Amino acid sequence: MRATLSVARAVGWRMLHNNLTTPSLLIPGLAFPLFFFTAFAGGLSRVNEIPGFRFPVGYTAFQFVFVLLQSAAFAGVFTGFGIVRDFETGFMRRLMLAAPDRRGIVLGYAFGALGRWTITASMLTAVALIAGMDVGGNGVDLFALYALAVLVNAVGLLWSAGIAMRFRTLQAAPLMQLPIFLSLFFAPVFVPLALLAGWLQVIAHLNPVTLLLEAGRSLIAGAPVHVGYAFLVALLLVTGFSVWAVRGLRKAEAAGS
Amino acid sequence: MIGQVLQLARRSVIRTIRQPANWITPLIFPLALMAVNTGGLHAATSLPGFPTDSFLAFFIAFPFIQGALFATVNAGVDLARDIQTGFLNRLALTPMQSPALLIGHLGGVIVMGFVQAAWYLAVALVIGVRLESGVAGALVLFLLAVLIVLAFGSFGALAALRTGSTEAVHSLFPVFFVFLFISSMNLPRNLIETDWFRTAASLNPVSYLIEAIRSLVITGWNWEALGLGFSIAIVMSIVGLTLSSLALRTRMART
Repeated sequence: MRATLSVARAVGWRMLHNNLTTPSLLIPGLAFPLFFFTAFAGGLSRVNEIPGFRFPVGYTAFQFVFVLLQSAAFAGVFTGFGIVRDFETGFMRRLMLAAPDRRGIVLGYAFGALGRWTITASMLTAVALIAGMDVGGNGVDLFALYALAVLVNAVGLLWSAGIAMRFRTLQAAPLMQLPIFLSLFFAPVFVPLALLAGWLQVIAHLNPVTLLLEAGRSLIAGAPVHVGYAFLVALLLVTGFSVWAVRGLRKAEAAGS
Repeated sequence: MIGQVLQLARRSVIRTIRQPANWITPLIFPLALMAVNTGGLHAATSLPGFPTDSFLAFFIAFPFIQGALFATVNAGVDLARDIQTGFLNRLALTPMQSPALLIGHLGGVIVMGFVQAAWYLAVALVIGVRLESGVAGALVLFLLAVLIVLAFGSFGALAALRTGSTEAVHSLFPVFFVFLFISSMNLPRNLIETDWFRTAASLNPVSYLIEAIRSLVITGWNWEALGLGFSIAIVMSIVGLTLSSLALRTRMART
């Protein structure tokens, strides 16, 4: 266990250091969530007045939760790009030779993704509060909201790590982002589930992201709904994708990468 | 000169066809985003003052603009690759005239823009969008869509010629994306509640390009919207082409 954590700490710190010292990695990760937040919350605030739209703390908070979860998922996916880069540069080969427990490599990338997202989430939260976002939830609700986002971050990372370890080329980048992108956008992004068009409502009902999003929104509004189910689904996804990522690691080992 | 232009335009089109990601993405991705936004925001049509009861008709302008952005970036990247691989250097040793290079390159972009516009319009008609301006409106829409591709394409070429780097041209995409999102893409400007966003959208030329296309679909013949849209597309094209020509002259002189 100590060996696993030791590898994880080293890999996680390296990922975080690379992210903080490379503007081309740092800036898009910070700018895109802020951009989506301003474009959605600013441009669509009138959506709050649609008949049947009821969200007690306003449209800014409604969109904040979506962008928070989106940024968490994409911080994981972007870290997946870093894993591919490590394969392409040959660093992963050396890392695998040096690591006493290679599962620590996956855990380390998860730490890196979490560190990366923590910076984005702090910035996003600060901007949302400066923009006058209302928060109805108490400290416990907000803690649960961010904890949910941490699990989404892990899901994004583990999914993309599984792809990265299997394909080991940046050409697989669309495979990492597209399913995450689609599952996020085939959910109630702009309006609550009940106001979606029929066909999108059917897909959104089947999409687990909807449950996470609705639970997150209920937490920021201070009226928690389905939070237990949301955590259960998130934990199941983390467990499933952990197996996916570790099996990917074994395939990379078998391929001699 | 015409022969040179045709040769280079043909090369540009064939090159795009040979890279499926370069033509599949602009054909599919804007329509997928349109589907998601339309499904998510169709309830916005019940807002007082919303100009139509079909969000799909309102939003159909979006793929035309986003498709133009894709075509622009792909074409810019191709030109930058020509610079990086030394193709432009070798071309400079031939009797090829500089304007032919730019026109030929943009000719290829325009062909792609035309194909994209036809695809978006066909899909729109199949899923039930009807143009209030009729068949003549469809022709004007094609003209405007191609002009927009030329305008954006000239800036893509400018970026490629100034930087000579595919990475730099790629980095243009997020910039264009910001212009697209901070516009009247999702709601009419008079229904945008947030003051700073409404001001930004009003200052953003992309809003007027979207509104010109939108007017042909949901209003009919709105001369003010069309005049503004065409004027902006023409001015952007002239500025982009002039700056690209100057950049090309410098680039060819360097080589």
